[in-house]
Amino acid sequence: MKLSRGEKLFGATNVVVLGAVALLCLYPFVYTLSISLSTAAEANRDGFHFFPRDISLVSYRMVLTNPNIVTGYMNTLLRTVLGTSLTLAATCIAAYPLSRREMPHRAMLTFLVVFTMLFSGGMVPAYLLVKNLGMINTVWALTVPGMITAFNVIIVKNFFQSLPESLVESARLDGAGEWTILFRLYLPLSKPVLATVALWTAVGHWNAWFDALLYITDDRKQVLQTFLQRIVIESSTQMMELGITDTSIVQFTSETIKAATIIVTILPIICVYPFVQKYFVKGIMLGGVKG
Amino acid sequence: MALPVLVYIIIFHYVPMVGLVIAFKDYVMSDGVFGSAWVGWANFARLFGSNDFPVAIRNTLTISLLRLTFGFFAPVVLALLLNEVRQLGYKRSIQTLTYLPHFFSWVILGGIFLMIFGSGGPINGVVKLLGAKPVNFLSDDVWFITILVVTGIWQGAGWGAIIYLASLSGISPQLYEAATIDGANRWRQTLHITIPCLVPTMITLFILSLGGILTAGFDQIYNLYNPMVYDVADIVDTYVLRRMMGLDLSLATAAGMFKGVVGLVLVVGSNVAARKLSKGEQGVW
Repeated sequence: MKLSRGEKLFGATNVVVLGAVALLCLYPFVYTLSISLSTAAEANRDGFHFFPRDISLVSYRMVLTNPNIVTGYMNTLLRTVLGTSLTLAATCIAAYPLSRREMPHRAMLTFLVVFTMLFSGGMVPAYLLVKNLGMINTVWALTVPGMITAFNVIIVKNFFQSLPESLVESARLDGAGEWTILFRLYLPLSKPVLATVALWTAVGHWNAWFDALLYITDDRKQVLQTFLQRIVIESSTQMMELGITDTSIVQFTSETIKAATIIVTILPIICVYPFVQKYFVKGIMLGGVKG
Repeated sequence: MALPVLVYIIIFHYVPMVGLVIAFKDYVMSDGVFGSAWVGWANFARLFGSNDFPVAIRNTLTISLLRLTFGFFAPVVLALLLNEVRQLGYKRSIQTLTYLPHFFSWVILGGIFLMIFGSGGPINGVVKLLGAKPVNFLSDDVWFITILVVTGIWQGAGWGAIIYLASLSGISPQLYEAATIDGANRWRQTLHITIPCLVPTMITLFILSLGGILTAGFDQIYNLYNPMVYDVADIVDTYVLRRMMGLDLSLATAAGMFKGVVGLVLVVGSNVAARKLSKGEQGVW
């Protein structure tokens, strides 16, 4: 295809503009990484901090030896693994009957699921429910209430419905029951959509903080995001949170410690991101399908 | 198989809806949800008679409308620009970077932006370089709202563009071939083919964002705000949380219920309107 001069000029400008947009998306993370690796004096210097000129790992040592951060890491890992497993199992079990045409009251059941996307009881009734079920200060409070979401159920249901009906018919002739059809036939064929749901849920759990703020009051059960929140946002008390009482080491600016805590928190996501992002993108396409 | 799922959905999604009755009660924890005394609409009267709830609604609407005005088209523009890139590897790299911010919580992003807009951050570094005094971006009303809107677009535009890119790849190439034969240049093609083909997706997303008009981004605001900007940044959700922490559970529930009902009415209403206007062709369902 032959391009006019205007089109060529637009093409070149477009490439530059998009490059700038991408850099703008990346810069806050580069800045944080750079500050986290800086000495206190270097972090206080005015500038863009693309690279630290004076490197120090002291803030990482302080963050990684902080017992709260270690506890938070373990608790976040637990909720992520447990929560993702529960969501995957429950979503499949919920999606399967809704995908079957012979299911009685299918339309009404689907409506019950979809309606939860449009309306909910809100913060207070949800809190009272979790409290009355005795889940406060347990990992169940962080994994069970959000276990089945309408969005996940709908995309898995749609995927199941796209599988050929003849597969089910021949399995039935071979004497397979509903559970066998779901676990031995549907699930192996549904790996892409299950990977998408699993990755979404896992990232969601890693990032979740609000439920922990409401439901977890015991610091031994608290998640990483909440500790990060205390260090970063409640900056006046940050030194206490980190357990720094020896004033001789307070010379390390809080900025480098904040930055190091942020990097430690986002590292797992950054590490898996390049490998899993295609599944995320696939998921949004599946979710975008109407009906 | 459907039974355990049904039980779960009823317990964790519908029982809380029944719990909304405490919006019409004077909830006392020791009496329980059903033992507490009925008070009719008194909690709602108290809510709208107070000073801070109407302010919270006004703030929520202001922030939401600013986000819609400046943010709604950002993913569309980004998708259109990405669609014009011929180098596929470059396009993919740009995309990967633009939706990176979507993968982090506002605890993380809030922490980063508090540093970047803080007194020692790079933005104030530029301000100082220009010879001006450092600005307290995060405690100034106008700057704070600007930061909310801009960082919100920064986080969401790349992710939002994915769905438009999917719609773009679904447009039949024949339309473009026909337009080329008719002598339409790329700009004309964009104007008369590409953009009209995106309109149904835009309507769907617009309907969904209308439902969230009283939401205004709780995670972001909670992790960025401070008492200095409460007068413009206190939204319905932060109001509910503060009332809840203050143990005024009936009032908090009433405020949350008001938000939920308005959201429901808006989504259903705008969907009906979109279907009527397009004679049944458009709408979310």
